[in-house]
Amino acid sequence: MSTLLHWLLILVGLGITAVALIVVAALLVFAERRVLGLLQDRYGPNRAGPFGLMQAPADALKLLSKEAFVPPFAERFFYTLAPILVASAVLISFVVVPIGPNLGWAANINIGLLFVLAMSSLNAYGVFLGGWASNSKFPLIGSIRAIAQLISYELSLGLAVMGVVLLAGSFSLARIVEAQEIPYILLQPVGFLIFLICGVAETHRIPFDLPEAENELASGFNTEYGGMRFGLFFLGEYLGMLLISALITTLYLGGWHGPFQPWLAVPWFALKTLALVLLFFWLRASLPRLRYDQLIAFGWKFLLPVALLNIMGTALVGLLWK
Amino acid sequence: MSLTRTIGGMLGSLAATLKHVAAPRDTVLYPEQKPDLPPRFRGRIVLTRDPDGDERCVACYLCSAVCPVNCIDIQGTEAAKDERRYPKTFQINFARCIFCGLCEEACPTLAIQLTPDFEMCVRDRNALLYQKEDLLIDGPGKHPHYNFYRHSGVPIAGKPIGASEHEAPPVDPFSNLP
Repeated sequence: MSTLLHWLLILVGLGITAVALIVVAALLVFAERRVLGLLQDRYGPNRAGPFGLMQAPADALKLLSKEAFVPPFAERFFYTLAPILVASAVLISFVVVPIGPNLGWAANINIGLLFVLAMSSLNAYGVFLGGWASNSKFPLIGSIRAIAQLISYELSLGLAVMGVVLLAGSFSLARIVEAQEIPYILLQPVGFLIFLICGVAETHRIPFDLPEAENELASGFNTEYGGMRFGLFFLGEYLGMLLISALITTLYLGGWHGPFQPWLAVPWFALKTLALVLLFFWLRASLPRLRYDQLIAFGWKFLLPVALLNIMGTALVGLLWK
Repeated sequence: MSLTRTIGGMLGSLAATLKHVAAPRDTVLYPEQKPDLPPRFRGRIVLTRDPDGDERCVACYLCSAVCPVNCIDIQGTEAAKDERRYPKTFQINFARCIFCGLCEEACPTLAIQLTPDFEMCVRDRNALLYQKEDLLIDGPGKHPHYNFYRHSGVPIAGKPIGASEHEAPPVDPFSNLP
């Protein structure tokens, strides 16, 4: 096969993956509304199409049909760049996720985990730029709070992941999944909890969603955005949730491992990711929002020391075990 | 705040929400299911009739006087054959009506009543002006045995003053018999 054709096929495949992920994120938006309704003694949207499934394309069409305006007081270049940064950073992170044995675009790149952490920093850039470029009070406060939250919890995220890297001996996600004979949630329970909490904070979901809470900050850094730019932010948030669930599955729940390999490898991965996404929805329905100072204090004064202790403990046990 | 209590509290919240998965939903799926409305629900206004079949409204203008948004418009007249007052035209503007029920409370003959019907949606605002033929119904509504003229002292053809139920005939002031 000629090189050009090879690369062309890869491009097409990547495009299809990106579109598929966006479709899944749109369906997650719909699924979240139905699941929240289930937990709150009500129905979610069930009018548009069978079981309300057409709600997702209806939402997408609604956002696409809105006027693509840039407020006259906003910084035009960064205003347009911010949602692109958010959505593309999260989409690009998906190339290193292994969904099956030898199935993953770049899952055996040897710095996979570092790549994901780097992309999440770009995500933080996008969130911050969105509020900054909007040149308005609520978005500014929202984005400052957002970026403080994101960088605080990224620290603990990276440290919690180091425990997994110590156990697996590699940053490559494919290698980490292959090394999980026992899922690492059993060997690293503290690390799992820290990663889960930091993951919820990284995607600014409840209980960590003060930067964009409607009843606190008029939607925070999202305020001055409308139409498809808002759609990209929104999609970026749900894709981020999908990414964190996929990462937890990869790092702690054994990825695609499970009985009836190799036929059920990808379904196992999907099932575990879906279960974690449902956990995200459940957390949203149950827990109150953390106040901003409580949020930052928790990240620095509790999670960071616990993550450090986790690494030291893992290293000590690894040293003594051998 | 101790750690165990915090974690216990969070797990308690999670358990509390999970209980609701098994609970039936409270939503009434309108229009497939209609809501269960009490009989005193203040919905669409109707004009009712006597148990004898004559219309109850005597065009006293009390309802239109008490209406907070002035949506009732009446023109009263008297029927020649039995000397009963009745409304020649009775118009309610449902675009203004707030369904407060004050007209029903003010009516002395229990003619105007509010029913538990709210499905009055129209596509043209002018269709919200209900005239008497839209409002008058064939039955007595919520009070099936009340006939105003039998209780009141208002004289009509065939019933002079003193001839209604529980009413004594008028005293003759020109005789000194008890």
